[in-house]
Amino acid sequence: MLELDGISAGYGRAQVLRELSLTVETGEILCLLGRNGAGKTTTMLATMGLLPLTAGAVRLDGREISRLPAHMVPRAGLGYVPQGRRLFADLTVAQNLEIGLRARRSGPETLEEVLTLFPRLRDRYQQRAQTLSGGEQQMLATARALCLRPKALLLDEPTEGLQPSMIEAIRRVIVQMRETGVAVLMVEQRVDAVLSVADRVTFIENGQARESLSAEALRRDHALVERYVGV
Amino acid sequence: MEIGPYFLLATLEGAVTAAVLALTAVGLSLVFGVMRVVNIAHGEFFMLGAVIAWWVAQAVGGHPALGFAAALVIAPLIVGGLAAAADMTILKRLDYDPERTIVATIGLLYVIQQVTLMTYGPEARPVEAPFGTRLAIPWIEHAEGGWRLYWPWGLSTTSYKLAVMAAAAAVLLGVWALMARTRIGLVMRATQMDRGMALAFGIPVERVYALVFGLGAGLAALAAVLIVPIRQAHYLMGADPLLLSFIVVIIGGLGSLPGTVVAAVLIGLSDGIISVFFSPTLAKIIATLLVALVLVFRPQGLFGTRAA
Ligand SMILES: Nc1ncnc2c1ncn2[C@@H]1O[C@H](COP(=O)(O)OP(=O)(O)OP(=O)(O)O)[C@@H](O)[C@H]1O
Ligand SMILES: [Mg+2]
Repeated sequence: MLELDGISAGYGRAQVLRELSLTVETGEILCLLGRNGAGKTTTMLATMGLLPLTAGAVRLDGREISRLPAHMVPRAGLGYVPQGRRLFADLTVAQNLEIGLRARRSGPETLEEVLTLFPRLRDRYQQRAQTLSGGEQQMLATARALCLRPKALLLDEPTEGLQPSMIEAIRRVIVQMRETGVAVLMVEQRVDAVLSVADRVTFIENGQARESLSAEALRRDHALVERYVGV
Repeated sequence: MEIGPYFLLATLEGAVTAAVLALTAVGLSLVFGVMRVVNIAHGEFFMLGAVIAWWVAQAVGGHPALGFAAALVIAPLIVGGLAAAADMTILKRLDYDPERTIVATIGLLYVIQQVTLMTYGPEARPVEAPFGTRLAIPWIEHAEGGWRLYWPWGLSTTSYKLAVMAAAAAVLLGVWALMARTRIGLVMRATQMDRGMALAFGIPVERVYALVFGLGAGLAALAAVLIVPIRQAHYLMGADPLLLSFIVVIIGGLGSLPGTVVAAVLIGLSDGIISVFFSPTLAKIIATLLVALVLVFRPQGLFGTRAA
């Protein structure tokens, strides 16, 4: 279970997150919805320990990971697929995955599992990440995070700019992660995509978590979507 | 003597400069590439290497080769250790902010220089070369009755100078292998490409930085140990290598190791040749002019890639 307990964070003197709280149960997909600039990416960065918290705590299965130095957070079992992929561009697919594997000393069987999920990466194994297509890059970014054997997985707009078949491939993998008991926290702009995978949705506005409700309830009543993400 | 033998002599001298410069500049380039820190104190790490080499050679005594061999190991280790400590106590606290680290390394430059002046003194002191057989070089000339080989007076080098070139080449190959072929090299390159993502994948970036800063300083110290039997150890000797390293790193492309080596050879050779035929000052002027041209027409350097 991943728990953000009243976290505040920002950039320099500009505060972005204001006592934001949410929890993601194991085997659950929670979607963050909110306008551009609402603080979704900032939430991810603060959870990963890449931005210092000014208040609050982040707990993973009860352990307070926000006390750890940033490089120990992934080792506790947090996998991160950042917005814009941020691959190690000059490294090959194999090397990008190796860095993922090393973080929690995952063995070759983990690599096999990940490559089975994304067979395309096996064909591109010695190719530099920079030269992959956008969809392949997104697969690699996801695969790299899965190499950690994460307990919780953070995905920041994983389907941005992808064609439907690619979105479907990523979606299948995310659902599969849920089945194995991973807590999935996902940012997604497209509401139809959200509703097809999410168990629960939390709206975020001005760095604060507002309403939180089941995807089921949201499907019945679209009004909230209009209010928090409509233009 | 005609111009040919002179030219060869100048080229050999330039090649020694190039070898030492390549090592020093690769150290600077590595630090800038991975950490984005412009290390103004780099020349002082070079100087410290030479001064410590003198101290070690004095302490060991016996055959010059013994003291030199000891210095070759000990000086880079001490200097690398000092640099890593400076990184952890000073640069880390500044959060590696580009401007503040420049100011901090300027401060470090003066501290190292003044402490050396107070302890080692203002004298220039030599370290004896471990070996130094004079090797005369033949030249051909056209005399009556055809070509003949002769040994022009003054055309010679020493076995030690050739060894410096070989050692520099070997070390550079080692650095390349470290970066391209080892796990620690992979971790360093990942840190260089995206510091935040390196952290997000469990790479202890602070430790990588300390290692890289130590390695960069250690390379400068190693270069100094190699050159100190040819040029003496002096507390102000760091200025020239610093200037030339910056020239080389800018021409070669910031952070590009192959570019740095090519530029070092280019600048080292031209420095040697122009110094012999004209004057060392002209050599520096031309090198600086070259930097200006590169900055205007190819700001990313000869081998650098344009920042995205
Ligand atoms: N590096 C930064 N320095 C200063 N302010 C920043 C920085 N990154 C983001 N911000 C500010 O923080 C706020 C939240 O940004 P954030 O990236 O978290 O938004 P987001 O919800 O992810 O938006 P989007 O949907 O566009 O990705 C914005 O107002 C943004 O301008
Ligand atoms: Mg965002």
